[in-house]
Amino acid sequence: MTQPALVLADLRKDFGKASIIRGVSLSVTAGERHAIIGPNGAGKSTLFHLISGRFPPSGGTVSLHGRDITRRSPFAINRQGLARSFQVSNLFPRLSVAENIRCAVLWSSGHRYCFWRWADNLADVSARVEDVLAQIGLKQRRDVLAGVLTYAEQRALEIGIAIAGGADVVLLDEPTAGMSRSETSRAIELIREVTVGKTLVMVEHDMSVVFDLADRISVLVYGEIIATGTAAEIKASKAVQEAYLGTVETDD
Amino acid sequence: MATSVAPLLCCYAWTKTLLEQLAISTLNGVIYGMLLFMLASGLTLIFGMMGVLNLAHAAMYMLGAYLGYQISKTLGFLPALILAPLALGIGGALLERYGLRRVHQHGHVSELLFTFGIAFMIQEAVQMIWGRIGVPYRIPSALDFPLFRLFSTPYPAYRIFVLLLAIAIFFGLFAALSRTRIGLIIRAALTHPGMVSMLGHDVPRVFMLVFGAGAGLAGLAGVIGGPIFVTSPSMAGALGAILFTVVVIGGLGSLPGALLASLLVGLVQTFAVVIDVSLDDVFKIAGFTAASTGVFSDIRHTTVAQIAPILPYLMLLVMLVVRPRGLFGSRDV
Amino acid sequence: MTSTFTSRHTGRIVWAAAIVLALLLPELVASKTALTKMCLIGITIVFALSYNVLLGQTGLLSFGHAVYFGLSGFTAIHLINLIGQHQLPIPVLLVPLFAGITGAFFGLLFGVLSTRRHGTAFAMISLAIAELVAASSLILESFFGGESGITTDRSNGPAFFGIDLASQLQVYYLIVGWGVLSAIAMYAYTRTPLGRMAAAVRDNPERAEFIGYSSRMVRLLSFIISAFFAGIAGGLAAINYEIMTATNLSTAASGSVLIMVYIGGAGFFYGPIIGAILISLIQLSLSDITPAWLLYLGLLFVVTVLFAPAGIAGLVERHIPPLRAGMLHRLIPPYLLSGGAGLVFAAGVIALLEMNYHITLNAHEGPLLGLFWMKVDTGQPMAWVAAIIVTLVGFYLFRRTWPIVANAWNDLDSRQPGDLR
Repeated sequence: MTQPALVLADLRKDFGKASIIRGVSLSVTAGERHAIIGPNGAGKSTLFHLISGRFPPSGGTVSLHGRDITRRSPFAINRQGLARSFQVSNLFPRLSVAENIRCAVLWSSGHRYCFWRWADNLADVSARVEDVLAQIGLKQRRDVLAGVLTYAEQRALEIGIAIAGGADVVLLDEPTAGMSRSETSRAIELIREVTVGKTLVMVEHDMSVVFDLADRISVLVYGEIIATGTAAEIKASKAVQEAYLGTVETDD
Repeated sequence: MATSVAPLLCCYAWTKTLLEQLAISTLNGVIYGMLLFMLASGLTLIFGMMGVLNLAHAAMYMLGAYLGYQISKTLGFLPALILAPLALGIGGALLERYGLRRVHQHGHVSELLFTFGIAFMIQEAVQMIWGRIGVPYRIPSALDFPLFRLFSTPYPAYRIFVLLLAIAIFFGLFAALSRTRIGLIIRAALTHPGMVSMLGHDVPRVFMLVFGAGAGLAGLAGVIGGPIFVTSPSMAGALGAILFTVVVIGGLGSLPGALLASLLVGLVQTFAVVIDVSLDDVFKIAGFTAASTGVFSDIRHTTVAQIAPILPYLMLLVMLVVRPRGLFGSRDV
Repeated sequence: MTSTFTSRHTGRIVWAAAIVLALLLPELVASKTALTKMCLIGITIVFALSYNVLLGQTGLLSFGHAVYFGLSGFTAIHLINLIGQHQLPIPVLLVPLFAGITGAFFGLLFGVLSTRRHGTAFAMISLAIAELVAASSLILESFFGGESGITTDRSNGPAFFGIDLASQLQVYYLIVGWGVLSAIAMYAYTRTPLGRMAAAVRDNPERAEFIGYSSRMVRLLSFIISAFFAGIAGGLAAINYEIMTATNLSTAASGSVLIMVYIGGAGFFYGPIIGAILISLIQLSLSDITPAWLLYLGLLFVVTVLFAPAGIAGLVERHIPPLRAGMLHRLIPPYLLSGGAGLVFAAGVIALLEMNYHITLNAHEGPLLGLFWMKVDTGQPMAWVAAIIVTLVGFYLFRRTWPIVANAWNDLDSRQPGDLR
């Protein structure tokens, strides 16, 4: 096995008296597509917030490529090569689509807090912006303000911002939430394409997406991981069926 | 009023004067603090519920004082005590209904700008109607007599009247918040902003009422505070920062916090004004004199009384930077 | 910026024309008072543009921007005095640069305290700092000169290639020179990586942190840059007026630049320029006609906040798509109708305010008030009744005619969906 890209060790988060994450340990191999599933309120988004530095954990550690990133700020974690998307679209609404992507590219291409060069004239940045726009299929919409995009377009841009910086570990929080079937299948293709060679961790509700896309799956129930394994293993797991899958199958 | 501390340290005979000053300043400070609370309570409730820092709150206080002056001149003090706060309350409710609610969709910065514009207009209107210098708003003659003596100084009855009224308002406010249905909604909105609208109550109407009540209380504070302090166009600017200090120190949306912070700031302000000591005096007592010119000499010769007007801003700044949730708040500003 | 003004080509022509106009203006308007006014407007434009680096570009609402203008201005006065005493070997021409550096220094100092936060908290901190500095300026007399301020003589320094700044015309060209440089630099800033990130942080400070940027650092750097250009404006003011007083750094001065920029339109680079010119002209002309002009300014500001939050520039931008589509003429009849009603309403309000003002402050001048082209007898109840009727009728007509304007817009929008947003 290759070296793990992301390791969570006994991660915990309490809000007041309520324990939302109760000792999550997980190791994600480099290049793996890992899905986290679980019922509503299981703490999937909270887990992402802990990993990406939005909330500090109450206990435990997170390490990225063997380096401890626990309690680092979101931008410090991002600079180490971890990017994420959000469940509710979290864009720069008054910037154009191309500007949204450009901003996401700037830091990682080394321009940082530069105020002595024209942003439009940075060849490396512009090339990357074009690539990403082409990948997420928003080339035609490049000059439209992000705030007025359609929902599906916003979701695509959300993914585009997450991958634009070239981070090798990408966290996607319910990328297909609220999409129609056809939109979902297009989104899966997009995710598959843009995360080639990267480590992907995604939270997902849609079981067909998960079984289609993920190499391995972890099931999070009430802040604890009750099972981790391949799609077949998860489908076969008694514990998972009892806690989770049973309800989904009756849904369908 | 002002006494230098240096001679006090040597002269035991002045101890009585010191005690007297201490007692009077404490009483004055408490009255000032209670008056501040009348203003801060409305401000903190609006802030806590709606997230709006009403920059026009101090201007409404000023308008209250001027209306109080105008009405007492023609109709008498008692009508002023009722009519001026009523006018401001209605005005405040209308401002919320037709102004704030409109800009709410554009976010807090727009709301802030709106209240800033209103404050600006009240300021200019007051100067336009009543002039750039103050008006002679005097204590009503019925209350203009010494009530009792503190040591040898007679203490004015009007100040005690203000204190009693402020205490009555304080208890009235707490009763309204803990006993009425609207009070219940307000308390829920303070702890869980954003959740209350899901309860199905008419939250916009509650906002309007709270804003109106806050404006009315500010007006009342102006009517009764005007005769004690100078009623002039600069009163709003001077009080504004003190109010924000109180609200921030007390903590967002916390009424007990506002009460404590009001008293604290009231006392600090009152005492700072009567302490006439500069760094230079301290140096002299410590036994060395420094000869310097320029800015450093300015700093050394500045007395505590002179920096009293700066103190609230300093407190506000320190509080915002060091502990933005205040003493009793649960949320950051 | 989000400006959709014109293609880059036309944009450049407009800018070049504006600069040429600024250079030729003293030739076109050859009066001395006009020159003084133009100097004031030039300084105000630089100051307003610097404020918009905060408000429009970075989304920070400051109530204390005059602090950086004022502190730099005072420093500039002291610098010019040192130059006059031959203790500082720099030409007076370069003083604005050093004033800018002073501004940037204080921007760093106070920015560290305030840029950790944004929104309301930032606004409050800026207010606290502004009041603190304003109050301190009255205490530290040796630097700020107390109530009367400090003065200098700009022509005391050695002449620099024949430029001794003795004439107002030379000062004007100095202001235009620094002003154009500053405006270009501030426009360029909006196009740099940091400038773009400032806009991103304005839009969504949280997400900016997840693409590698510390929102706080972006705000701080923007704050320093803004304070730098405010400092240049302060240095120009010091040279122009040869005096600085505590009012230059007061919260009133901060409030006035905020009002200017907002009315002009904070969302567009040229908005503050419009605001600075317009408000300065209003100030220069109206303050002679009516002492209540600040009240009108406040009214204009509140109306802008309520009904045109994108300011004048926003209104201009709104009309460009119909203009391009050749459909602007469809708006003219409803505008004339509704605008006429609005004028009646405004005339009523102005009449009431002026009459009120007259009886309260100018009572000693007798009951007659010169209003518009008439003499109004404020002692007559009929005059008041008339003013009230005009106001109410104007309001009613405006309320009735406004939907016609709204319909005309809806009509245009439905013809060209998307384009007219």
